Amino acid sequence: MSLLEIENVTLKFGGLTAVDNLSFTVEEGEVFAIVGPNGAGKSTVFNLISRFYDPYAGQIRFDGHNLLEVKPSGVAAYGVARTFQNIELFEHATVLQNLLVGRHRHRKTNLFSEILFTPSARRQELENREKVEEVIDFLDLQAYRDKMIAGLPYGVRKVVEVARALSTDPKLLLLDEPASGLSVEETTDMRWWIDDIRRQMGITVLMVEHDMGLVSGVSDRVLAMADGAKLALGTPAEVQSHPAVIEAYLGKAS
Amino acid sequence: MRIVFKTDYMQDIRPWKDGYQLSLYLILLAVVFAAPWILDVFYLGELTNVLIWAIAGMGLMVLTGHTGQASLGHAAFLAFGCYSNVILLEAGVPFILAFPLAGVITGIIGALVAIPALRLHGIYLAIFTLAMSILVDDIIVLTEPWSGGVSGKYIAGIDLFGLSIDRWGTPMLFYWLVLAVTVIVALGYINLLRSPLGRSFIAVRDSEVSAQAMGVDIARTKTISFGLSCMVTGWAGAFMGMFAGAFNNETFSVVISIELLMMIVIGGLGSIHGAFFGAIVIGFLPQFLSIAKEYVGALFGGSTVAIPGLEFGIFGMILIAFILFEPMGIYGRWLKIRTFFELFPFYRKDMFKRQKSYLKTERLR
Repeated sequence: MSLLEIENVTLKFGGLTAVDNLSFTVEEGEVFAIVGPNGAGKSTVFNLISRFYDPYAGQIRFDGHNLLEVKPSGVAAYGVARTFQNIELFEHATVLQNLLVGRHRHRKTNLFSEILFTPSARRQELENREKVEEVIDFLDLQAYRDKMIAGLPYGVRKVVEVARALSTDPKLLLLDEPASGLSVEETTDMRWWIDDIRRQMGITVLMVEHDMGLVSGVSDRVLAMADGAKLALGTPAEVQSHPAVIEAYLGKAS
Repeated sequence: MRIVFKTDYMQDIRPWKDGYQLSLYLILLAVVFAAPWILDVFYLGELTNVLIWAIAGMGLMVLTGHTGQASLGHAAFLAFGCYSNVILLEAGVPFILAFPLAGVITGIIGALVAIPALRLHGIYLAIFTLAMSILVDDIIVLTEPWSGGVSGKYIAGIDLFGLSIDRWGTPMLFYWLVLAVTVIVALGYINLLRSPLGRSFIAVRDSEVSAQAMGVDIARTKTISFGLSCMVTGWAGAFMGMFAGAFNNETFSVVISIELLMMIVIGGLGSIHGAFFGAIVIGFLPQFLSIAKEYVGALFGGSTVAIPGLEFGIFGMILIAFILFEPMGIYGRWLKIRTFFELFPFYRKDMFKRQKSYLKTERLR
């Protein structure tokens, strides 16, 4: 059984078909990339998995659970974490607080034990902090721990968002354009991190990315989309040389 | 400059940074506790009033400052707290039970109100809660058998542990009672902010989509926030009733709601300190104005003419000035002044430049 199964999913916004009868599966332990021109419906697929949209038709299953049965906030509980294309961090909080929100799905205390701050709440805080520190070490965020997000440069925010997603201890990590707006060095860092996330942490990665260097460098399989439909699916080399993909990007040879 | 070296995670989990900060707060608490021996009866009453407003401010701060839901209806919850406290006391419930219950009842009402309000954002939520504020006047008139309607209700002293506590008879005891509740509420608030629930409030305020993606249930979080906020506001309302002694349907008007919201904006949204700073401004501004008016009158030789609406005019101007020049309120200004002295002479004007952004409480959609 695959980790994530998207089966004949269709999504319509009024007359526009954003995702058209799309099917693919993501296997455990792989890095799966979705590429395609702007407006191809890549981010929409992410938003469908996050349950921000209800599909018009089709099935989405994760790890044996039917994702369409849960609320948007329930998706994280199964072990799906994500980042956003336009960074969605908690601006008026510190990096540490942002990452600790990522631990929210592991919350065991209730309102009363938290307001009294009982020993169990304290223990949970220490536990959360240790997990978050592991992520901070992994992504080299030590220098920014107590900084407000509102004062951070773009590149760091991008990394903090990945860190926040990793803090949830996910099985599947959805990265929406992790390298957009990053410098060449930062993109290289991101590439090694994605590789390490898969190899060291054993987390499956599904990403949307435009940077073909990054995509062919880290991903095992690539799905090319255009106008909400599947164009090609295979290894990065296969997809890059696929005639339909070349046509979608460059137009038909006349 | 004081640098705190961190060697233990507990240093971040504890509410105080180090022994120095803790001792400062303990000294402040000791001074405030000793106030009845320092101040005369008039100023003790004023200080009690400030503390009551601070409790109400903390109540609204949870909702507006930390969860990002603007409310113009908190006068209604002050009224609910005030009336349920008095009605319970009249029914023979001892104060030690009636007071907490008044808060709990108000909290439950608040959580119920939250359910339809959850779908509203920004200005629409403000209008919805504003309607609450106006409705409560009619509710009090309509429920005359319990609430006393237009003629209002009176509350004399109460008995607690065999002590008779009365705003006029034993102002010291009343002051200490209010102070105790203020400290308890503030401690609960601090605990809330350092635990997952408080962080989920902040998450909902700053970005609902990513809060959802992190597994935060938006509807539930907002409902809990409304409930907690209204519970604390209810306690403040109960004290306001005891402080005033007499109240009717017009005591908790829309004006109180607006004053409360203005108070936390001036104090500084998103910080517990802000509630206290705001309460000090709102508590002492009327006294300050009447003293200032005397001086101005003496200076120009005119008699002390009463200018209608002067207080609100000046209050409004202060509010506009803060929104324009210091969106983080008095607390934000205080942080800058403190940093200036801590880093002297290395403070630079640009240090807080990036942080001068408005709190994204609610995007209008």
